[in-house]
This record gives sequence, C-alpha cells and structure tokens, in this order.
Amino acid sequence: MRVPGWLRDRFARRRTRENEVATASNPLVPPIPRADRFSVQDLIVEASYGIGARPARLVMTTLGTVLGIASLVVTIGFAQTAAGQIAKQFDAVSATQVVISPGTTQTQSGAAPTAQLPWDSPERVERLVGVVTAGLIAEVPSAGLTISAVPVNDPSAPATVSPPLIATSAGLLEAVRGQIVTGRFFDEGHDERGDRVAVLGTRAAERLGINRVDRQPSIFIDGLAYSVMGIIDDVQRRADLLDAVIIPMGAARSDFRLPGADELQVQIDIGAGPLVARQAPVALDPNAPENFGVQAPSAGSELRDNVQADVNVVFLVLGIIALLAGGLGIANVTMLSVMERVGEIGLRRALGSTRKQIAGQFMVESIVIGLLGGLIGSALGIFAVVVVSAIQQWTPVLDPFLAIGSALLGAIVGFAAGWYPASKASRIEPISALRGT
Amino acid sequence: MVELIDVTRSFAGPQEVQALKGVNLRVERGDYLSIVGPSGSGKSTMLNILGLLDRPSVGEYHLGGSRTGSLSEDERAAVRASTVGFVFQSFHLLPHRTVLDNVMLPMLYSGISRAEREERAREALDRVRLAHRVDFLPGVLSGGERQRVAIARAVVSGPRLLLADEPTGNLDTTTSDEVMELFEELHADGLTLIVITHDREVAERATRTIRIADGRLSEVA
Repeated sequence: MRVPGWLRDRFARRRTRENEVATASNPLVPPIPRADRFSVQDLIVEASYGIGARPARLVMTTLGTVLGIASLVVTIGFAQTAAGQIAKQFDAVSATQVVISPGTTQTQSGAAPTAQLPWDSPERVERLVGVVTAGLIAEVPSAGLTISAVPVNDPSAPATVSPPLIATSAGLLEAVRGQIVTGRFFDEGHDERGDRVAVLGTRAAERLGINRVDRQPSIFIDGLAYSVMGIIDDVQRRADLLDAVIIPMGAARSDFRLPGADELQVQIDIGAGPLVARQAPVALDPNAPENFGVQAPSAGSELRDNVQADVNVVFLVLGIIALLAGGLGIANVTMLSVMERVGEIGLRRALGSTRKQIAGQFMVESIVIGLLGGLIGSALGIFAVVVVSAIQQWTPVLDPFLAIGSALLGAIVGFAAGWYPASKASRIEPISALRGT
Repeated sequence: MVELIDVTRSFAGPQEVQALKGVNLRVERGDYLSIVGPSGSGKSTMLNILGLLDRPSVGEYHLGGSRTGSLSEDERAAVRASTVGFVFQSFHLLPHRTVLDNVMLPMLYSGISRAEREERAREALDRVRLAHRVDFLPGVLSGGERQRVAIARAVVSGPRLLLADEPTGNLDTTTSDEVMELFEELHADGLTLIVITHDREVAERATRTIRIADGRLSEVA
C-alpha cells in the first residue's frame, strides 16, 4: 500500500522530533522523571484554585448552564414521563391482545378467504403458553334479515335498519374484556346445542327497547325467536359489539348457514405477543400456518416509542438557546478571568510553564465550570420532574443516560466555551504580562 | 555562566526600534552584577533576553556554556524552570494562595521530586526568615515580606541564575536593605545574580555595575 507523501513526511518529521528530544544532550534541559513532571493532577489542582478564587462569580457563571441543562432535562423528562403515562393506559389492552384472521386473496368477486378458522380455534389456542382466553367472532351476513322485538310484520311501519348480527363463541366476552350489565353471556353448552339465545350490546338493546332480561324477552331474527339472556357494555376491543345482536356460533351455523369465523380474539399475558404470534397459526392449522394473519403487540411497546418521539420541540429549542447563552457566559467570564490574571499567566510562563500548560489550565477551569453547571442543572431538572410527577401522581420516567448525558453536555459546553479564552491565554507574552503592576 | 555575543534586539513597527544594539556581555559563575540605566534604555529587554523570555533578533546568547538559539519554545520553558529564578518589582504573588503555595508554584514546572517539594519550600521560607508566615495569604504581608516570599520562590528550585527586575522599586529604604542583604547572602552561597535597578545605592552593592544607555553597554565599575 502506498502511503501518501504528506503523511509520510509528517511521520518522518514526528520521528525526528522524538529523536531530538530523546537525544537532547543539551545540558540546559535535563530529563525529568515522569512522576515529577507537570501532571494532569497538577493541572486540575491549579485549575481548581482558579475556579474557587471567586465563588460568587462562579455561581453567576454557572447559572446559564444550569438553566439550559435543567430546561433540557425537564423537557425531555416530562416528555418521557407523559409518554410513559399514556403508554401505560394503552398498554394494558394493546399489549395483551392478539387478533388472528384468515388470510384473504383478491378475486374478481372481491376478497375471498384462503383459509378458515377452525370452529374449535379457542380450544386449540388456549392450550398455548401465554394465552389467557380466546374467542371467535363472525359477522353473520345480515342483508335482508330483520331483527325486531315484536313478531308482527307491519307493512305500514317505516323501514328500519336492523342492528348487525354477530356470532361469537362462548369465550369471546372475556377475550374482548367486556362487561355484563344484566343477565349473563351464553356458555359453551348453548353454543354446542345451537340454542336460540342472544346477548345484546347496550345500544342495540336500547334500539330494540329491551332493558331487562329476567323474563327472557324474545327477539325475532328473520322470524326466528331468540331469547335475550344478557346485555353487555364496555368492551375494550370490537366496540361494534355494543351495537350488535350477538348469538352463539352454533345457532348462527344452523340457522343462517354461517360459513366461517372472521377472526379470533385472543387475550394474552404481557410480553407473550411474539410467542403467541409464532405458535398460534401452527396450532390452528399445522399444515398451512402461513394462511393466517396475526396482529400481535411486539415485546417492547412500539406505542411508547412513538409517543416519546413527540418531544415538545419548542421547549427543546428554548433549552438549547439557554445552553448557548450559558456557554457564552462561561466564555465571557473565562475571558475576563484571563485578562485579570495576565500577571499570573506571565509569572507561570516565566517559572517555566509551557503555552500548552497555560491553555490546559484555563481549559480545565472552563470545563469544570460547565460540568458543575451541568450537574446542578441535571439535578434540578430531575428534581422538578420527580416533584411534579409526585404531585400529579404520575410515575416519573427518566432515562439514566439523560441524567449523565446532560451533565456531560454541560462539560462539553464548557469545553467549547473555554477554547477561545484558553488559546488567548496561551498566546500571552510573559514580557508584556510581567511589566504591568 | 552568561554570555551575550553581539546581541541586537529590534522591535518592528512603523519605525524600527533597536532596544539593544550589538551588546556583548560576559558574566562569570558567582558574579553579582547590577545593570543601571534610565527608563527606556533597554534594561528590561536585556533582562527578558537573559531570562529566556525573549530571543535576540541578531546574535547569540549562551547560558551555562550552551547555545540557546536553537531551543524550542517548550525547551526554553524547561530551561527557565530549572535554571533561572526571577524576582519582579511588583512581586507577582498569587493573591488567593498561601505563602507556602506560592513558593511551591515553580516546583510544579521545574521537576523537583514531589516528595521534596514542601520541605524545600519551607527551607526556602526559613532562609528568607518567613517561616512564621507560611500559611498567610500574600495580601496581609508587608511589601518587604512579599518580596522576600518572591525571593524564596525564585530560589526554591535551585536556579543557577537569579534575575531581579527593580526588586526594591516598590519598597522603602529599610525593607530595601533587608532584601539586598538577602541577595548578598545568596551571592555568598555562590548564586549568579543580575539585578536591574535605577537606585544608585542598590547598584553600588553589586560587585560589578553596567550602564545601559540607548541600547549600548558601558562598564561602570
């Protein structure tokens, strides 16, 4: 491999310089043991005296950085906390629900299912680890069906739209986490026997004028009498159930020739999403598991990430502006300090300090001031988030990297701010510096 | 110990100023030299060159028998740290550090073994008779005491050459005497001493006096 010329020159020069130092036989420059050279520790000690010399000024100097870092931490911290709060409310349902539906294929007459959910799907799936309950659900093709509470066909009555008719298995109510208002949901016995029983969603019940079920009122679906045994409310999934008349699968199959189920609602344990998503299709049809579509939550909630990304940009920008102002403050004060300490700089140079050591001293001062501001700001910000969360009874969510990172950001601001004053200080000539009083 | 050969130092400007014009000077080890001259005559330039704070524009400066012209900036700093001690008119003590810290300051850069530093500083302070002021801040000391701290600081690293720029300029007669006595003690111990002053009395205490006028040297005594 060819080494570019300039690079080679550079290395060559460095090597010769090293040699010069190594062979410096100049009696004026005796070698100094490493332990006795000006060390990083010395640098920090000298810088700390510079910082500690004027405590009041130090406070004023760090203020800008404190405010900037604190506002950044508060902004991001609240965004995370709020996201956690929202995610927590969503999570309870979204992280524990899996929906399995047969795949479809597009044909000329519309979408046609490529597979069928077996009628015993709930049983098959409930055997899997992580599944709590499962229930089948199917919309009964109800075009032309009439559903009414009275068996009279009154031709003069205005045409009404019947509530949708939905067939489910017995375990569905639990799977969608619905509540019974009155009566009960049908059980597996009703399902197997194909009993003509029905459960109404609250809104459907209202439409049909039914509010009590203790006397098992009948409704007439396409002229067949179904006895209403319960009214449900407050389902977490499939809110359309509240508008529907719900009958057992068995009855739907015998009375309305229901061809198959639309989807399988599965309630799972938290975190079981990926596992159930992988195993459920195999359990449903070991020969053709690929024919089922599965909607499952991922292990970590995607929702949480989405909400977190929605950080309040305005406050973030304000925080950055405050931080910039803080950095300028540090630069200003360090510059002032350099100007005030021209004599000290000249003295140190006369005593044998190199330009680099002088620059390093002011650099460290500036970085430490920035770091100090960052630490205080970070602590204040976290305190604010925790206090407000405690008052609001939220769970404070804070990334530990936010705390550490923001403190370090303060140090970076100090570094950037100290660069110019430090280079200025290193260029001070000892002669002119020592001549002044 | 110190040899200036045809040293000229000129400062560029609209009108070039030659602060030193072809100066030749030889100072032997253990000499006690005073340099006098009116202000603006080139005394400070002379001291800066002797102290490696400035480079001659033309000519050579030999320190301790070695040429200094080829030294890099960092090497010159190292030589200052190990070989040259400075005493200034305005003391230049760090106001927020104790007397002991001030005296230990040069040893940060001169490579004295860490274990010895505090002991050496205390010895140096003892030598200038300020052992009882070790933990004081410079602000509470009198002018003479401050200059004695500065002298302790200048000699603590064991330099071979001590440069003093108007060391008594800010002091009254009594304290001046104290300081000059200290210098004589150091001289008696074998230290090479160069004192810049415009106080005739101070100058006469040196074994050899040189006058600078308009950038040129002339031997006085």
